[in-house]
Amino acid sequence: MAGQTEFVVRFAGEGGQGVVTAAEFVARAATAVGYHALTFATFPSQILGGPTWTQARVARDPVKSPGDAVDILVAFNDYAYQEHRVDVREGGMILLDPSVSPDLAAGERTIVIPFDELAKKTGESRAANMVVMGALSKLINMPLDYFKQFVSARFAGREKVITANHMGLDLGLAEMAETDAIADLGEPDKPGYRQSFIKGNDALSMGALAAGLNFYVGYPISPATPVLLYMERNLVGEGKFAYQASSEIEAIGAILGAGFAGKKAMTATSGPGFTLMGEGLGLAWMAEIPLVVIDVQRGGPATGLPTKTEQSDLMQALSPAHGDSRFPVIAPGSVEECFQAGAAALNWAERYQGPVIVLSEHSLAERAQNIRKPDLGAVKAERRSVYTGSNGYLRYEAAELSPMPIPGGPGAYVANGSEHDPYGDTTHLPRHHIHMTERRFGKLALLGDGSYESKRADASAVLMPWGGSKGSGEEAYALLEAEGVEIGWRYTMFLNPLPPALLEELREKELVLVPELNYQGQFAGVLRSLGVKAEALTQYTGLPFKAGELAQRVKDRLGAGAKQAVKV
Amino acid sequence: MSAKNPEYDFKWCPGCGDFGVRRALEFAMQDYMVKYETPMANNVVVAGIGCSGNLVHLLEGEQPFGFHGIHGRALPISLGVKMGNPDLNVVVVAGDGDFLSIGMEHIAPQAARNLNVTTVVMDNGVYGLTKGQSSPTTEAEAVTSSTPYGKMEAAVNPLELYMAMGVSYVASGYSSKPRDLASYILQGMEHPGFSIVHVASPCTTYNDTYAQLKGNPSKGIEPMAWALPDDHDPTDRAQAQRVADRGGVPLGIVYHDTTRPAFEARISAIADRGEGKDVATLLSAFDL
Repeated sequence: MAGQTEFVVRFAGEGGQGVVTAAEFVARAATAVGYHALTFATFPSQILGGPTWTQARVARDPVKSPGDAVDILVAFNDYAYQEHRVDVREGGMILLDPSVSPDLAAGERTIVIPFDELAKKTGESRAANMVVMGALSKLINMPLDYFKQFVSARFAGREKVITANHMGLDLGLAEMAETDAIADLGEPDKPGYRQSFIKGNDALSMGALAAGLNFYVGYPISPATPVLLYMERNLVGEGKFAYQASSEIEAIGAILGAGFAGKKAMTATSGPGFTLMGEGLGLAWMAEIPLVVIDVQRGGPATGLPTKTEQSDLMQALSPAHGDSRFPVIAPGSVEECFQAGAAALNWAERYQGPVIVLSEHSLAERAQNIRKPDLGAVKAERRSVYTGSNGYLRYEAAELSPMPIPGGPGAYVANGSEHDPYGDTTHLPRHHIHMTERRFGKLALLGDGSYESKRADASAVLMPWGGSKGSGEEAYALLEAEGVEIGWRYTMFLNPLPPALLEELREKELVLVPELNYQGQFAGVLRSLGVKAEALTQYTGLPFKAGELAQRVKDRLGAGAKQAVKV
Repeated sequence: MSAKNPEYDFKWCPGCGDFGVRRALEFAMQDYMVKYETPMANNVVVAGIGCSGNLVHLLEGEQPFGFHGIHGRALPISLGVKMGNPDLNVVVVAGDGDFLSIGMEHIAPQAARNLNVTTVVMDNGVYGLTKGQSSPTTEAEAVTSSTPYGKMEAAVNPLELYMAMGVSYVASGYSSKPRDLASYILQGMEHPGFSIVHVASPCTTYNDTYAQLKGNPSKGIEPMAWALPDDHDPTDRAQAQRVADRGGVPLGIVYHDTTRPAFEARISAIADRGEGKDVATLLSAFDL
């Protein structure tokens, strides 16, 4: 399909074969010259080896999802070939390691390239990926110079490495002398604005730092570990603290203590750790301690699918603790929104003096993408209302939010996880439980400033994905629009509380279709409980939606709905 | 009721050892404030759940800050309070169930870090608030509400445990001697590292051990509490280990390792590594 202005290349093999870095290399090199790209990765949960694959989608125009079909598959072993060949589109190409003996299906096109052998010729055995890139450049009709320039910039000052890698690129290209391109991106159209190339986890970290994060304690867990590693290296200096805890229980305890002591405190975890934090989160709600917990979702329950993506922690995010509570939840839907969500969560926590949950997910966390560089000037770091009066203060007396005393300053009180009276002493009296329950829920009204997206405001049916399904949803919506399907679009990353005006609009709709990666249709259920006629379009494969499939499911549902209407 | 809050209706039973521990903590905080000219507001008492944890609501006089959290997690909370503001004097109050059963996983990490907080453990050898179940320090074979056929686990020796975990300051005392206890607590506050003052604090309702603690020498009953020899050197680990191994309730500072830096000192020693890590610079590292 020469002439198509985008391509998806997938690298599949064993962990440790350079598979992990290959997609990121393609994306970095392509975005450096002005294309748009994003990566998708899924790793085995083991240190070395195990089936791994990554892919990059590269295009002239901005892309929002990993892509539906594979144009070029690079298979480093037989398992990878057998496993992934079905995803290669008609007319696509498979590059194979010589260890693979293809049993060609009709129409399948393969080329065997001795990656490792050619790499050895360069004097740099790690140049196998460069051989792949050289071959790739021919298939996508991208000047080899683009890759060479990128290598030169990346390894500046290390001439031997540059020479070897350039040689690898040439050798790869030479292998393709007889092969035609299957895609042609055309000249890149470099955006006029400043860009960052960043992964979702790093964008979240940067957003939190931009809003003034100064205390981080975390525990390693896939796929949230990169946040811990970033903070340990960079949240260093006077008044800052980042550290690895001995468990998620210790991590939540530590950020509770720090939030109480006046810090802007955060942790990041995934499903199993999030479950362990439940009791501590209840304490944060009860004692009114500002803090942020990021749950980078993976498949669950229990250990589940540690390195796959899913959106199945929503119910738990809304109610992570026992008892009467409803937590603020922000779920970013793109790498750019990861930055915004990190900042917004810190601000919400300070503003309403309580815990805020950010729901990211594996596919976003590991997605490397070129985005418009986040504008630090646009982030307004909110400050906590701190008590400055004299001692004898009744911290919990007011009917709504009240200034918070900070240890070392005036207004000593007891922050209490037991139900308490205005001072903070334990009580079981009904009037205090009524007062405090209403006070805690009432504060959520301070968080009604969330923004949302709307297209075709009048349509009676709307598509409304959440979180990491936003990108696939947007691309599905574009397909539906192109076909003239009557459907509107709503989206927000502020899941609780929902922007009040959005909720009003949704209640007026005949049908709200919610694509989400879980079995139960969790967000659709939440919307129904709020009086919205919502239905889920679910998927629970551990992988993101494909835009084309999603568009078809929307059409099927709308068509079925229309038939039903006729019958009735 | 408490002195400051007539409506607060929690009460310890008459004769509860925790009264003495509360008094000792009040003395120690007062002494610390006078000695180091710091305000009461610099003291933070982090409490666990159990009879002991209610101490934070029952303190008399000028009030410190308090954090009455969840069962077993006082140490993690204290980690955040202390590292959030290392200038604070952070005290943890906990019971034997809170600290040595559900909360035991948190002791070793603080010992390894040498987190600079002072923990006062009120050990009554029983779960009092939930009405008389066995705890880690309940004697083996004891019949309690949750061990109807006798406790089938060996009792934990807390001092041996603290020594093995590397706690850098270990003191042991008895709730009827609040002035002595106050001295151990004050020295724990002054120790730049993780301090535990383990206190035998009898439960008059479910596990009244006053008689055993005092003994009755005229009847030949050895007291469970025993004074450390005058020449005990707490900086000598081997001596401290022998004291811990002997059992009973030694009275005094068992172990004091003055050689390790406090956790916050190690953290502040790397503060210069943060130079040039302002948000704008960090973000620019991702520039395309």
